[in-house]
Amino acid sequence: MSQRPKVRLHVVTGKGGTGKSTVASALALALATAGRNVLLCEVEGRQGIARMFDVDPLPYEERRLTTGLPDAEGGRGVVHALHIDAESALLEYLAMYYRLGRAGRALDRFGVIEFATTIAPGVRDVLLTGKVYEAVQRNSRNKGAIQYDAVVLDAPPTGRITQFLNVSNELAGLAKVGPIRSQSDTMMTLFRSPRTAVHLVTVLEEMPVQETADGIAELRGADLPVGSVIVNQVRPRDLSPAALQAARAGTLDRAAIRTDLERAGLAGVDTLTEGLVAEAHDHAERRALEDSQRAVVERLGVPTCELPRLAGGIDLGALYELAGMLREQGMTGGPR
Amino acid sequence: MSTHRSRTRVGPGTAHRAGPLDVDALLADRTTQIVVCCGSGGVGKTTTSAALALRAAEQGRKVVVLTIDPARRLAQSMGIAELDNTPRPVADVDGTAGGSLDAMMLDMKRTFDEVVLSQASPEKAEQILANPFYIALSSSFAGTQEYMAMEKLGQIHREHVQGSGDYDLIIVDTPPSRSALDFLDAPERLSSFLDGRFVRLMLAPAKGPARLMTAGFSLITNALTKILGAQFLKDLQTFVAALDTVFGGFRQRAQKTYSLLQADGTAFLVVAAPEPDALREAAYFVERLSEDAMPLAGLIVNRASAVPVSDLSAEEAVAGAERLLVEDPDSLTAGLLRLHADRARLVEREGELRDRFATAHPQVATAVVPALAGDVHDLDGLRRVGDLLGEVTTDAEPESTQRR
Ligand SMILES: Nc1ncnc2c1ncn2[C@@H]1O[C@H](COP(=O)(O)OP(=O)(O)OP(=O)(O)O)[C@@H](O)[C@H]1O
Ligand SMILES: Nc1ncnc2c1ncn2[C@@H]1O[C@H](COP(=O)(O)OP(=O)(O)OP(=O)(O)O)[C@@H](O)[C@H]1O
Ligand SMILES: [Mg+2]
Ligand SMILES: [Mg+2]
Repeated sequence: MSQRPKVRLHVVTGKGGTGKSTVASALALALATAGRNVLLCEVEGRQGIARMFDVDPLPYEERRLTTGLPDAEGGRGVVHALHIDAESALLEYLAMYYRLGRAGRALDRFGVIEFATTIAPGVRDVLLTGKVYEAVQRNSRNKGAIQYDAVVLDAPPTGRITQFLNVSNELAGLAKVGPIRSQSDTMMTLFRSPRTAVHLVTVLEEMPVQETADGIAELRGADLPVGSVIVNQVRPRDLSPAALQAARAGTLDRAAIRTDLERAGLAGVDTLTEGLVAEAHDHAERRALEDSQRAVVERLGVPTCELPRLAGGIDLGALYELAGMLREQGMTGGPR
Repeated sequence: MSTHRSRTRVGPGTAHRAGPLDVDALLADRTTQIVVCCGSGGVGKTTTSAALALRAAEQGRKVVVLTIDPARRLAQSMGIAELDNTPRPVADVDGTAGGSLDAMMLDMKRTFDEVVLSQASPEKAEQILANPFYIALSSSFAGTQEYMAMEKLGQIHREHVQGSGDYDLIIVDTPPSRSALDFLDAPERLSSFLDGRFVRLMLAPAKGPARLMTAGFSLITNALTKILGAQFLKDLQTFVAALDTVFGGFRQRAQKTYSLLQADGTAFLVVAAPEPDALREAAYFVERLSEDAMPLAGLIVNRASAVPVSDLSAEEAVAGAERLLVEDPDSLTAGLLRLHADRARLVEREGELRDRFATAHPQVATAVVPALAGDVHDLDGLRRVGDLLGEVTTDAEPESTQRR
């Protein structure tokens, strides 16, 4: 964990629907301590961030989104957001590196931009990751731009993440030489360094956990740095292990529960007792499955952190709540 | 049950709510030839497709299910773990009602290669298959998977439903589309891409004078060469020239498959999870399907939280738990009450989400499938999901699910 402060680029991936966007947003809030600027990027064109923070759809332009989670002294940094699309990234790239302002627009008119960004997935990914790289490694070409202390990327899902970050490999077949090629090699240097961490979000179910294990192996195979596994949407833990066991075995003490319910002043205790026992049985089954998947996650040899399933769903308040939990569990490198 | 079901082809505004979706009637209706399960990522499209296919087969239909990236264990238990792009019989299906079940897992690249091989001369095909742009296009062009699923569907329908008659029902799973209904747009997108200005420009030198464009064109090729290297353009030109001949037939077939989807024998099922994002996507699917005059059979809300046995409200449960915790901080009963509160809140929230959907889309019949305790990875699991699908859930009448 002590290496965390070095991390400048947090890539958040995971199986579809496990909570990548939610976790990326919460992580950005958690990282934005006093005096720090954080950029939260989205690349899939879904406008998930805008929806989550309830703001207008994001343009290809860094926007101030909100302030971070207050730290112990009440200080808070600023979270900015950026929606990266391949077409804009290519035009910006051409303008920045080739001063192709006019020719760039000509390319657009001839449909080249559309062509380059749709047909050649390698090119597309290089453009998206290239902009992320630019935001992390700001140089003098981008005058007056904000220097970020951390960049959080709401990334493509686990199945695509290695290919997505492994840009020089992706281009191998398409562009064998030329500046794009050498720039993609420079990008790889950042992505493979300890300044990058790829976090995998999962839920405690068989398929997502399996996909997480496969994803970690793939990332490692490509020398990409694995950060943490973030176990999301964990069920409430209101019962002790002994109670769970009894609930599964059907040996919960109904008479004692009944007496308790009466003491608590609740009505209809007979049906209520039966109902609670049946619900506990269900819950205990799921918890047992969760526990077996948790054991699999623990064997992955990667730091983990857990976030509960919030029964009320995700709103702005919930994001700050999750951010607090990420900070407490050391995801931001600060004291526990 | 009338033999002729009416499928929704109208937009919102229809007077009353359609109520529960009768899945068994849909499967039993012999005029149903194709069922397409669509929806956003991870909601249960593959599970639902397989469960429907198994149920239809055990009720007497001759079914083939076309799955896309099924979970490993599910694929193994259906005997389709190997990708060979041909349907294989599924073992242990109860055939007493006269039905059968074949399954296959779509191999996107292979389907694409087969199309090229069937359309071009052997030398030309070889040239295309080895081109780096073709490799990129066939393995990851956004929408290729959708397009290939439709291609395979068209092929199976021609050869096995209209042709040999070994199947009378095709159930189609769809890929986790980045944007809803990519598979409806994919043929169009691929065609418009191939008809695009740049592709035409690349072809122009081979096709004669395009003088007006040449000045601008050389500016562009110079720029591209500078950035991407000369080989890039050469490969690209070869690729575009080679594809031009192949894709005439491609487009035509895509058009045919599209009409097949609009035909009466097709039924679309939109699968969603009881979550805001998934239901928003589902609403979008429903709208797109009616815009495109595609026959929508209904919505399946999958993995719903099970309704708690007791109808004690979340607030009362929490209050009760708090009273018990004052006396005994480890109270088991307090834990049970909190669990109950959590579940009651989830169910209430899901009910509200469904209700909102139903208000906006009253014409859509709905089935609610509760989450099983574990993953669905074998035929028994599929049968259980099938049973839940078959139960006509009156619960789907959203007002009646509101719990206080
Ligand atoms: N800890 C949590 N508690 C409750 N709900 C959650 C939690 N995390 C995520 N969700 C909900 O789960 C759904 C999926 O989350 P999210 O959109 O973050 O996932 P994703 O991985 O980004 O999905 P996609 O693959 O579609 O981009 C959302 O409805 C979100 O509100
Ligand atoms: N009713 C259910 N109860 C319990 N688990 C379910 C249910 N439906 C689906 N699942 C599980 O949910 C996971 C996702 O399901 P499935 O693979 O069918 O989704 P999908 O929509 O096809 O996903 P993708 O978009 O990734 O293709 C699987 O592990 C499956 O076993
Ligand atoms: Mg997302
Ligand atoms: Mg699937």
